[in-house]
Amino acid sequence: MMQLKKRSEILYFALRNNKLKVGLAVLLFFVVLTLVGPLFTDYAPYDYIGPIAQPPSSEFWFGTTTFGQDVYTQFVLGLRATFLVGIVGGGLGTLIGIVVGFTAGYRGGIVDEMLNMLTNIVLVIPTLAILLIIAAYLTVRGILVESIFIGCTAWPWAARAIRAQTFSLRSREFVDLARMSGMKPWKIIFTQIAPNMMSYLLLVFILQFGGAVLAAATLDFIGLGPTNAVSLGLMMNYAVLWGALIFGVWWWFVPPGLAIMAIVGALYVTNVGLDEVFNPKLREM
Amino acid sequence: MSLQVENLTVYYQTLRGDVRALESATFSVEDGEIMGLAGESGCGKTTLANSLIFLTPPMRFVEGLVELDNEELPVWDAERMNDFRFKKISIIPQYAMNAMNPTRKIGKMTSELLESRKVDFKTTLPELKRRLDLVELSHDVLNMYPIELSGGMKQRMVMVLSTLMNPSLLIADEITSALDVASQKAVAEMLVEFRSRECCNSVIVISHDLSILYQIADTILIMYAGQLAEKASTEVIIHSPRHPYTKLLISSLPKVGVKYAEKRLIAIPGSPPLLLDPPVGCRFRERCPVAFEKCPEEPPFLEIEKGHFVACWKVFEENA
Amino acid sequence: MRRYFGRKLLIYILTFFLAVTIDWLIPRFMPGNPVQTMLSRMQLHAEAVEVMYGYYTRAFGLDLPIWQQYLNFWNALFHGDLGISVYLFPQPVIKVIMRAVPYDVFLLLPAILLSWLAGNWFGAFAARTKWLDNTILPVGYILTATPYMWLGILLAWVFGIVLGVFPIAGAYSFALRPHLSWTFIRSVLHHWFLPFASLFMVGFGGWAIGMRNMIIYELEADYSHYLESLGAPRSLVRKYAFRNAMLPQLTGLALQLGVIVAGAVVTEVVFSYPGIGYLLLQAIQNQDYFLIQGCFLFIIIGVLLANFAIDIAIVLVDPRTRRGMTGEAV
Repeated sequence: MMQLKKRSEILYFALRNNKLKVGLAVLLFFVVLTLVGPLFTDYAPYDYIGPIAQPPSSEFWFGTTTFGQDVYTQFVLGLRATFLVGIVGGGLGTLIGIVVGFTAGYRGGIVDEMLNMLTNIVLVIPTLAILLIIAAYLTVRGILVESIFIGCTAWPWAARAIRAQTFSLRSREFVDLARMSGMKPWKIIFTQIAPNMMSYLLLVFILQFGGAVLAAATLDFIGLGPTNAVSLGLMMNYAVLWGALIFGVWWWFVPPGLAIMAIVGALYVTNVGLDEVFNPKLREM
Repeated sequence: MSLQVENLTVYYQTLRGDVRALESATFSVEDGEIMGLAGESGCGKTTLANSLIFLTPPMRFVEGLVELDNEELPVWDAERMNDFRFKKISIIPQYAMNAMNPTRKIGKMTSELLESRKVDFKTTLPELKRRLDLVELSHDVLNMYPIELSGGMKQRMVMVLSTLMNPSLLIADEITSALDVASQKAVAEMLVEFRSRECCNSVIVISHDLSILYQIADTILIMYAGQLAEKASTEVIIHSPRHPYTKLLISSLPKVGVKYAEKRLIAIPGSPPLLLDPPVGCRFRERCPVAFEKCPEEPPFLEIEKGHFVACWKVFEENA
Repeated sequence: MRRYFGRKLLIYILTFFLAVTIDWLIPRFMPGNPVQTMLSRMQLHAEAVEVMYGYYTRAFGLDLPIWQQYLNFWNALFHGDLGISVYLFPQPVIKVIMRAVPYDVFLLLPAILLSWLAGNWFGAFAARTKWLDNTILPVGYILTATPYMWLGILLAWVFGIVLGVFPIAGAYSFALRPHLSWTFIRSVLHHWFLPFASLFMVGFGGWAIGMRNMIIYELEADYSHYLESLGAPRSLVRKYAFRNAMLPQLTGLALQLGVIVAGAVVTEVVFSYPGIGYLLLQAIQNQDYFLIQGCFLFIIIGVLLANFAIDIAIVLVDPRTRRGMTGEAV
């Protein structure tokens, strides 16, 4: 009875939260664009199919690059890469964060101290520097590899947050009850603590998603992204490299950056909205 | 010097409508009287306390008149109330354990608070030290951070702070709830001591624990679901209550030394109504064993004998 | 306080150790051979290649056992010897880097400090009134979601190309040589402004939002309510809230350093600003392993120093740390 009431209550507030609605709407738009967009183009992203540096027209919706490539094709395929990196990289980061955070928070003691130290060390090292070095030495790189790297360096944030939450939940009465009744620690984590943290884990994943997208864009822009793919960051890289700035080919670099800004912004806003839905104290009157 | 409250009505604004947390409260507290305010959780005790001193959104002032020492308290105007706060009317809050800024030394915070209220700290310091002695706190606490104090010590410090300006009316909101029994006794006795030394004049002690009120209160006011039920001297409330709710409440309390092996504790069946859309009239009638046709009409809070107020048609009928 | 700093120092030392080890490890375990790559660029005669290969391998100590190479690396490090740059042969790496460091400091220090201070101030301000909140908040979210490089590109395009007000490459006009004069200083500032603005704006958005949320949280805390119940004026309550909200913001600054470094690197790339980030990129493109290692090392040192500075600041802001109550946020 309480579960049902809680779920419908959450739904009630979710449907009324403006931030959530706006954020999800924007995300949905981009997801649809990613799935449906490529159907509207027959070109491959790097084919020379048109006149050089044409502004957006009815023939080339986003114009052409300084090489005569179709910007629209690059854009919609680049979106695909962006979402892939976000999900895989963000997901991996969240996963590692969950493992480390849960273990540290639940076990406490020396395990916690050591994991904490590890987390702090990885936190201090600027991830970009590590990624740069690793990526520089790998001559062939794929989107998947990039996502894995990002996930492996982004987890400290998630680990910290999850550890704090686990701490606060662990000392609650119902967990003590489970422990006293002899439940194994595994079971306690999965059946008692995790369900109460589901909402929190979702929030963590959303932030990791956004972070992964930004990290990928940064890497791609420097030229350390996937070697044979399209991505929004790569578009901006090429644009600057091949003089889009100087020749005023703004339709080459504005859409990708705008898309990233919109997606990441929508993720942040969705995050805040979801937080309000889950946490009654934050709801505005 | 006394408190006079007439028809005080305060609602909470929520997304689903107004929660009618306090309905037409009319009562008074005499000079030097310690009045206990008791009732179940959610009956409106804290709402009443807050509306006297800190009426802010989501609370909404509907109507009423509050007079302290024959001077009207503009409870609906948070700005103007500032002149009265701390000096005329003060509160020891429910969250006293967390009431002090964790990153400020207690002495520093006190001096900043006093200065901001145009009170000179240096001249107040000797009195402050005397009060600290009164509650058995070392003067060193002024140099400590709140986290260095135990729960009981923080409670006592807040008591000293809140009464520093000798307010006319002091509201003590659940000051013993979070303490162990020994500390409860100490704190309760300190409260009475404050009153005798005129650190405060009248006191409203909010507690759901009738046994504490029995020890220190002169009178007790019982509330139910936002309405006043009964007010009388402590003796009368505990030993000869008239309102059906008070009667059931008192009889449901376990007595020390009595075993309940054969007889079960009597609980009042049912639960209090939701105040979003409360029943018309007396809100207790759904659970009341002696409810009759007159009850859907709201009973006034009348004095049936000297100093004994009740809001119940049945009681009026019996008295007539 | 000793315990607080002791713990921090330990973490930094371990981190430095780990970072240097990674720095040393990666070139040796990645596919490819640095000497080979270097030689292939030199386009030597086949026989010469063999001789040179032997020479360079010995010169870089690549023929020694692994553990000895590692120790030699640390040894060289403490002597300030980071090797010879391949890309800018024969300049020593340390010299190349030291030329770039002042530009980074000049760019990053004001950008970080000012965006943090201004962002916090505005964020606290936004928490005061509803209409301010409704304007500053969306702006903040938009700014913080903007990728650093894109803002840099936009600024460069709008102000550099379209409006032609600012230059978009280099640290000073190519027509000038560094010397002390107003022309030079003006040129430096002129070139500095757009990259600075880019870094500033993105950071500002993030801090403003963070501070606004923290202030609201503090204003809803029990101690704020208590002070208000006792009639304390808004200014006192706000002062306490601000002071208490600064603490997590400081900790947040330390956590953001990695992101800021990334932002600085891309911004320098967009504006061809000769800082370590730009240098690092060129080193990567030219496969100059020693320069890459050196840049990475410097970035690490810079981040560790910044962390340490922030730890000192935390001790100043949060008096509890002096008493040995760590007061750390988890």
